[in-house]
Order: sequence, then C-alpha cells, then structure tokens
Amino acid sequence: MSEEPIRAQDRAEDVLRLALPIVLLGLGVVAWELVVRLKGIPPYVLPAPSLVFATLVSDWSLLSESLAVTLVTTLEGFVLALIGGVGLALLFNLSRLVEYSLYPYAVVLQVTPVVAIAPLLLIYLPQQAAVLACAWIVAFFPVLANTTLGLNSVDHNLVDLFRLYGASRTQVLWRLKLPSALPYIFGGLKIAGGLSLIGAVVAEIAAGAAGAGSGLAYRISESGYRLNIPRMFAALVLLSVVGILIYFALSLLSHLLLRRWHESAVSREA
Amino acid sequence: MSTTAATDCAVSLRAVGKRYANGVVALDRLDLDVRPGEFVSLLGPSGCGKSTALRIIAGLSEPTSGAVVWPRADASRSEREIGFVFQEPTLMPWTTVAGNVRLPLDLQRIEAAAPRVMAALARVGLTDFADVYPRELSGGMKMRVSIARALVTESMLLLMDEPFAALDEITRFKLNDDLLSLWQSLRKTVVFVTHSVFESVYLSSRIVVMTPRPGRVFTELRIDAPYPRDQRFRTSAEYGAFCRQASEALAAAAEAKPAARP
Repeated sequence: MSEEPIRAQDRAEDVLRLALPIVLLGLGVVAWELVVRLKGIPPYVLPAPSLVFATLVSDWSLLSESLAVTLVTTLEGFVLALIGGVGLALLFNLSRLVEYSLYPYAVVLQVTPVVAIAPLLLIYLPQQAAVLACAWIVAFFPVLANTTLGLNSVDHNLVDLFRLYGASRTQVLWRLKLPSALPYIFGGLKIAGGLSLIGAVVAEIAAGAAGAGSGLAYRISESGYRLNIPRMFAALVLLSVVGILIYFALSLLSHLLLRRWHESAVSREA
Repeated sequence: MSTTAATDCAVSLRAVGKRYANGVVALDRLDLDVRPGEFVSLLGPSGCGKSTALRIIAGLSEPTSGAVVWPRADASRSEREIGFVFQEPTLMPWTTVAGNVRLPLDLQRIEAAAPRVMAALARVGLTDFADVYPRELSGGMKMRVSIARALVTESMLLLMDEPFAALDEITRFKLNDDLLSLWQSLRKTVVFVTHSVFESVYLSSRIVVMTPRPGRVFTELRIDAPYPRDQRFRTSAEYGAFCRQASEALAAAAEAKPAARP
C-alpha cells in the first residue's frame, strides 16, 4: 500500500542526487565569474569561466587534437591493464609458483611513484610506448588485486558441488570463479579507468618536459610556460570531463552486467 | 557389525575414521550400511561428524582410516551417481533457476539438457520459475531449486546435509512432505543428516543415532510407520512414541563414553 509513495520518494532522491552537484557547480562558476570581474583579476592569474569557455571554443581544433591523443593513450593503457590485470590474476590462480614469483614485483611496480619512473621509461622506450607503459603501470594493479580477491572469494559449497560433478579446472575457472569475480573485477576497472588517465597525463608531462608530445597534458604544461592560463584551464576542464565520462561508462557497463543478480546493482523495489 | 560389504547395500562405510589436520577427530570407526531405496537419517548433536560422514560418502572428503564401499556401482561411475543437497541452497546467483539446475549436466557435457531440466523443475513445482534469478526467490523456493539440481542427473543416491534447517517451520513441513513424495515416486535412496528428532522420525524409515564427537553409531531405530505419511501421522500417538524413543536414544548417546582409543 505504501509502494507508490516510496517509489516517488526514490525518484525524488535520484533527482536530488543529480541536481545538487550541478547546482553547486553552477553557483561556484557564478561566484568565480563575479570575483574575477569585481576584483579585476587579470586572466594570466585567474581567467573567468566565460573566458575559459571562449578559449575552449576558439582553440577547439588544437585542443581536440590533443584530446584525441590523450584519449587513445588512456584507452590503450586501460585495455592493457584489463588484459594484464585479469590475465595475471588468472595465472596466479592457476599456479601458486607463478604467484609467489611475480606478485612481489607487481607490488613494487605499484608502490614506485609513476612520476619517478616516467623519465626513465622515456629514455629507454619510444615516446608513445613510454606513455602507454606509464598508463598501464598505474592502472593494472587495482585490476590484479581485485580480480585476485574475487577469484578467491568463491562460495566453498559451490566449489564442492563442481568437484562432485567432476568439473575440470577450466570449467571451474570459466563457470564458477570468473562469474563470481565479476563484481570485484568491475570494482578494479572503475579505479583503473581513472588511473590510466592519470598515468597517461603524468607520462605526457614528463615527455613534454623532454620537448615532445601533443596530448592534453602537454598542452597544459606548454600553456603554463607561455602564461596562456585560459588555455591551461580549458585543457584541464577537458581532462576532467574525460575522467568523469570514463567513470560513468564503466559504471553503466558494470550495472548492465550485474543488475540481474548482484546486490550492488539490484534496484531495491524489485 | 559385519566387516564384509553386504552386497545388497547401496553404499557402506567400513570403520571410517576422520581426523582433521588440527587434530580434531570427527569420526571414529563409523560403520554404516545404506540399503537401496531406504530413507536413512543420521541424527546427532551439532559437531558429531554427521556432515563429515556425508561428505566422505560423496567423495568430497577422504577418510583417514577405513573405507567407503560401493558394492553395486562400478567405481568409475559412482561419483556421478550422487545428488547432494547442502544446508544452504548453494545456487549460482549469476544465472537463472534453469541455468542452476542444468549445471550438473553442463559439467558432464550432456547434450539435450533442456527437457531434463524442465522435468526436474516440474518435480519440485517450479516450472514457472525457470527464467527467474535465485535472488528473486524465497528461501524455500531456493531449496527446491537445489533439490531439482540434485534430481536432474537421475542419480539413485541422494545425500542431504540438513537441507531444511534454515527454513521456517511451515515451509519445512511442506518441503518434508514434498521430499517424501519425491522419494516414493522416484524410488531413490536418501541419506539425510539432521539434528531434529521430529524431522528424522517424520521422514525416515531408519534413524542412525550418533554419539557426540568423535562420531560413532550409538544405536539404530526403525520407524515402522507406513508411507505415505502426512499431517495425521505428525499428530498421531505412534509418532509421539517414536519421537520419545529417538530423544531418549539421543540423550543416552550424549552420555555414552567415547570408545577407548589405543
């Protein structure tokens, strides 16, 4: 009898969840614009949002080219992290010896700051490969760690059941362990999506300092040297938008795959 | 107890002992003959090793001493001749009811599984729920799916490890009745582990009362009440007498000294 009001309440909450951050953003932008205008702050110190937007439009051909470069690097790094992270986790799961041999090095890669590795990689690898390697190094570990956790969190009774019916190792892996691990894998991928962008940006900045590159991060450091602060902000906005889009795309994919069965994705009124 | 395997048994445990790595002795020289077509309950307090005995029969656990004898089945096929129902429904949440029930057939690469899946679902009254995901089902319905999965391979031996312990009483009574009619119509052999005196008396043709850890057979009770049994049996004086007998046996088993160990 109370189903309708509850549903209406749910919808109101959904609207709020979407509207509140947007309202806050709008207020922030307006305040920013007002402060810049009233105080007469010069654009090389802090450009007004309107100027940032105008720059975004006027420099679009340059910025969109850089955006494409960064986007491709990020996606490639992400896909490699997915393959590398899940692949390594599967390998570890199949062979303890491989796990014992390699896991410490995976941790070493994870804890060494990528900013420190990037310049080295740029010496030894072609620039594009070095940037990609950075994106991969930062992004693969959360996928590896989460997938490992997922593969080890299988219901023991289900493992027994598979044994009882004489399941092969491959059957246990594909029909039991991977589906069980799917929610964990997506948890790792959501982190990896953002991190692969960060890895790409860090490497681009390091590469830019070495005098090459054309990605968004390179544009940011280049604009910094030229005191073209509005373009710096415009590139920064684009980077944020990319990060947000990656996060939402992965959340949507995860939701579509898990919504029928996993608690994290099931809607409450069902 | 005889030490030779009786050839009219479905499966026999011969002086089976189980000691876990942490030193706990779960079973101590357990002898058990399961005869074809009978409904036998292992009744005992929690931790008496009755679940361990069931897992040893299923081949999920190795006895540390003694042996499991399959007089009738040829050894290579025996592991596939078992249906097992766990205390929890133990369903895969990522696939539908039908997907769960067909799992044993898929794992054994049996073609044309669909009709057998539907037949098994029909037996537990879940025909209309084939495409539903487990999380949408009640606890009792999940247990029915679990039973359908155990039936789908058409194995003659059904092992059940306190399958209804987590259900409410009304659902449990209903599933008790359904299980009995399945057992009667399919002529299966059921080994049923429980700690409930009432459930074991209602269901079983024979009750094996076990001692507290380390588990041994304390005594056996035949429940010579005719099948089909129904609500009238549950309220009869006969049922009450059997329950008293089983309770007394259980109490006496709790007092029994563990067998002297060398």
